[in-house]
Amino acid sequence: MDLKLENIPEEDMKEIQRTVFMSTLEQIKAWSRSNSLWPMTFGLACCAIEMMQASNAHYDLERFGTFYRNSPRQSDVMIVSGTVTKKMAPILRRLYDQMPEPKWVIAMGSCATAGGPYVKSYSVVKGVDQLVPVDVYIPGCPPNPAALIYGINKLKEKIRYEAKTGKKVI
Amino acid sequence: MLRTEEMLLNVGPQHPSTHGVFRLVLKIDGETIVEAKPVIGYLHRGTEKLAEDLQYTQIIPYTDRMDYVSAMTNNYVICHAVETMMDIQVPERAEYLRVIAMELGRVASHLVWFGTFLLDLGATSPLLYAFRERESIINLLNELSGARLTFNYMRVGGVKWDAPEGWVDKVREFVPYMREQLKGYHSLVTGNEIFTNRVIGVGTYTKEDALNYSLSGANLRCTGVKWDLRKDEPYSIYDRFDFDVPVRETGDAWARYHVRLDEIEESLKILEQACEQFPAEGAILAKVPKIIKAPKGEAFVRIESPRGEIGCYIASDGKKEPYRLKFRRPSFYNLQILPKLLEGETISNLISILGAVDIILGEVDG
Amino acid sequence: MSGEKDLDQLKKEAAAKAKAAALAKMKAKEQGEAQEESQSEDLDIAKQKAAAAAKAKAAALAKMKAKEQADAQEEGVPEDLDAAKQKAAAAAKAKAAALAKMKAKEQADAKEEGVPEDLDAAKQKAAAAAKAKAAALAKMKAKEQADAKEEGAPEDLDAAKQKAAAAAKAKAAAAAKAKAAALAKQAGGAGDDEKAKAIAAAKAKAAAAAKAKAAANAGGGAGDDAKAKAIAAAKAKAAAAAAAKAKAGGGSAKADPVEEKPSPNQPYLDKYMKVIEEHLGKDLIEDSYINRLSKDVPTIIAKPESYFKMAEFLKYNEQLGFDYLSELHGSDFETHMEVYVHLYSFKNSQSVALKVKLDRDEPVIDSLEPLWAGANWPECEAYDLLGIKFTNHPNLHRIMLGEDWVGHPLRKDYEPYDVEV
Repeated sequence: MDLKLENIPEEDMKEIQRTVFMSTLEQIKAWSRSNSLWPMTFGLACCAIEMMQASNAHYDLERFGTFYRNSPRQSDVMIVSGTVTKKMAPILRRLYDQMPEPKWVIAMGSCATAGGPYVKSYSVVKGVDQLVPVDVYIPGCPPNPAALIYGINKLKEKIRYEAKTGKKVI
Repeated sequence: MLRTEEMLLNVGPQHPSTHGVFRLVLKIDGETIVEAKPVIGYLHRGTEKLAEDLQYTQIIPYTDRMDYVSAMTNNYVICHAVETMMDIQVPERAEYLRVIAMELGRVASHLVWFGTFLLDLGATSPLLYAFRERESIINLLNELSGARLTFNYMRVGGVKWDAPEGWVDKVREFVPYMREQLKGYHSLVTGNEIFTNRVIGVGTYTKEDALNYSLSGANLRCTGVKWDLRKDEPYSIYDRFDFDVPVRETGDAWARYHVRLDEIEESLKILEQACEQFPAEGAILAKVPKIIKAPKGEAFVRIESPRGEIGCYIASDGKKEPYRLKFRRPSFYNLQILPKLLEGETISNLISILGAVDIILGEVDG
Repeated sequence: MSGEKDLDQLKKEAAAKAKAAALAKMKAKEQGEAQEESQSEDLDIAKQKAAAAAKAKAAALAKMKAKEQADAQEEGVPEDLDAAKQKAAAAAKAKAAALAKMKAKEQADAKEEGVPEDLDAAKQKAAAAAKAKAAALAKMKAKEQADAKEEGAPEDLDAAKQKAAAAAKAKAAAAAKAKAAALAKQAGGAGDDEKAKAIAAAKAKAAAAAKAKAAANAGGGAGDDAKAKAIAAAKAKAAAAAAAKAKAGGGSAKADPVEEKPSPNQPYLDKYMKVIEEHLGKDLIEDSYINRLSKDVPTIIAKPESYFKMAEFLKYNEQLGFDYLSELHGSDFETHMEVYVHLYSFKNSQSVALKVKLDRDEPVIDSLEPLWAGANWPECEAYDLLGIKFTNHPNLHRIMLGEDWVGHPLRKDYEPYDVEV
C-alpha cells in the first residue's frame, strides 16, 4: 500500500519533511552497525601501538563509536594490526570464527595486508586474507592514526553502501 | 572439605592486557597459580635469517620493528656494532642528535609502559595522560626523522637527516613540560592506595636471582645492583653528561615502578644538557663508503635500551651482508624469570608481575 | 726415574744457554725414540707443530734469500745457492723436529711424574727459546751462504716467477713492493731479516728487481703468516716470565708485529690463561685471542669436552668470578657450528667471550643452564633455529617455531617447507 501524500497541507508537508524520513530496514541496520563498530583488541605488533595511539587522547577513536572489547564474542570488527606468523594463524582463524555475525575484518598495516617487510621470511603468513576475508586494507608501516581512522571510515561507508544497494563491494 | 582440582587456564595469545601475543599456560588451584609456562614464538618473524641477505643499511628498518616502542635504541645498536668493527668516528653533531633521539625514545617507551601497566591494573586515565605526552614526543621525532614509530633514522657513521630549524628549541621547551607532567603522574598514581596494595611486595626477587637469570635494565636495578651501561661501559657521548642511575633495594614491582619513573627524570636531565651542548653546525654523517662492508671477524656490542641490555652480534666475512646477525634482546632474557616469580601467586598478582617486567613481544620473539 | 730427572734438569739448564741447546737436543732425540709409545699423541701434535714451523721457516728462508739475490743481481742461475738453501732448510727442519720432540717428551715427563706446573712452563719457555735460537742460527747460516756466493741464484721456480712478474706492469710492481714490505714487517721477521729488508728497500732498483721481490714475497707470504701465528702462540703461553728469556733468545721470538700495539686487554687474557692452566690443565683450550674488532674482548675457544668445565671454572673461581651471562647463541659456519657465550664479571668489570666449535652434523654440547639460569631460553632458541642439542638442559623445546616445524631455519642449507603460504 502506498502512502497518500497528495492531500496534506503546506506546513504539515514541511513538518513531515523535517521530522520523518523513510528508509529500508537494511539501511537502518547498517547505519546503526557502522556507527558503533566495536573492535576486538587484536594488536599483534608495532601497528598495535599505533592503534593504541589512535584510540587515545589526540586522535580519539571513541568519538566514532569504536569501543574496544576484549572478547571476540562481543565485537563486530577485528582489526588485524601486525605481522601474522604461521604459529599465530590457527588462533587468528579461531578467533574469527568465534565472532558473531555480522563481522568485518580490517587488515591494518602492510604486514597484515601482504606480509609487509617480512614477506621473505620463513615464518610469516603473507597477508591475513589467506586466513580470513578482509574488508578494508590499510597500507602503511605503521599507518598513521589518521590513516587508521580513514580506514575505519571506509569500512563504515562500505557497510552503508552494501546495505543501500545490496551490492557487495569486492 | 571441598574437593578441589587443578585447572588449566590459558591466558591466550590474544588477551586484554596490551602486551601482544604472549601465551601463558597456567595450572591453577582456585586462585593460586601452581605452575606457569610461558609460550612465545607467536611473533617470530625471522629477522636474523632475513638479515643474511641484506646490506647493513637495509637491516636498520628491521631493527625498528623489534622493540617497537623505543626504536631509536635498536637502530643505534646495529650502527654501533658496525662502527665498532670498522672503527669509524662519528661526528659531533651526529652524536648529539643520536643521544637526543635515544633519550626521547627512552621517555616515550617508559610512558607506554606506565600507561599500559596501569591499564592492566584497572586504571584507565593514566593511559590517556601518558599517551598524550607520548604524542608530543612522537611529533618531535616525526619532524626529525619522518616517521612516528619506526624511525629508520640512524645510519652507520651518523644519522640520516639533520634536525630542522628550531627543533632543538622545541626539545628544550618540552623538558620542563614533561617534568610538570611527571609530577602529575606521581600525584595521581603513586599515593593511590589501590595501586600500592597491588604492587608493593609483589613479584620480589633477590639480587642473586637477578644476576643468575641475566636480567637487565630496571629489572636489575630494582634489586640494588647499580648497573647502567650508559655509565659503566659508556658508548657514544654519554660520558659527557651528568646523570644518576636510580636504584632501589626491594626488588618488587613497586621498586621497578619507581626506578622507571626516576629514569624518565634522568633522561630529561640528559636531554637538557644535550640541548645546551648541541653544536651549532657540523656534519651528520661520517665519511663511509657507499656500500658498507664490515671487516672479516665478529663483534658483540651492548647498549642500554629502556628494557635492559640490548646487544648485537655480527659475524662478517668481509662481504656487504653479515654472515650472522644476532640480537641479544632484553625482553627475551627478562622473561625467563616469570615462571619462578609466578609460583604461588594469585591471578591478580600475575597481571601486575607481568606488567612490571615490561616486555615487548616484538623483542621477545624477534 | 731419577736418571731422567737429572736429564730433565740438565736439559733445562742446557736449553737456557745457546750452546748447550744442541746437546740437549741430541739427548732428547735418543730419549724421545725410547719413549715413543707413551707419548704418541703428544708427538703427533708436536710433529704437526714442528712440520708447520719447519715449513714456515723454510718459506721465510726462501723469501729472504730471494730478496738478497734480487739485490745482488738480476740474472744468472747457479744451483749452488739452491743446494745450500735446501741444506739449510733441512737442517732447520731437523732441529725444529728435535726441539719439538724434546718439548713433547718434557711435557709427557711432567705428566708422568706429576712435576709442578712451573717447571713445565719453564721447559716450554726454554723450548720456545731454543727453537727461536735454532731458527736464528739457521737463518744466519743461510745468509752467510748466500753472501758467500756473489752471483745471485734464484732457482728455476724463482726464475719462472721473475719472468712472470716481469710481464706485469710497473705500477703494480711498485705497489706490490710497498705492500710486501709492510707484510713482511707485520709477520715479524728476525732482527736480521728486518735489517736485510731495510737494506733491500734502500737499494730499490729497477722494476725488475721490485717485481722479483714482490713475486717471491707473495710466495713466501703465506709462510710468514703461519710463522707469525706460531710465534704469537708460543709467546702468549710463556708471556709472563718468558719475556726476558725470549728477548735474550733471539730476534724471532721477540719480534712484535710492528704495526699493532699490544691490546690493553692482553694482560687480562694472559691472566685468564694462566689461572685456567694452573687449575685445570693445558689441553682444554683450543685457542685464545683478543678480538680487536669487538672492543678488545678476550676470546677463549674451548674444546667441546671441556666447555662445561671451563664455564664452571670461569663462574666459580674467585679471581675471575664471571657471574653474569650476557649472551648465548649459536651460529652456522658451513664447516662447523659454533656456540658463542659472552660473560661478564661485575666484580672485576671485565667481559670475556667463550666459544666452542661443534661438529655440523651432530651438534651436541653441554648446557650451561645449571650454572646460569639465564641460559635456559637462549639454548632453546639455538636448538630451535639451528638444531644444536644441549645435554642436561631441563626443558629443551622448540620455543620459537612450535613442535610441528620441519627443519632448522637458521642453517645455511634450510629449505622452507611451505613457501606458498
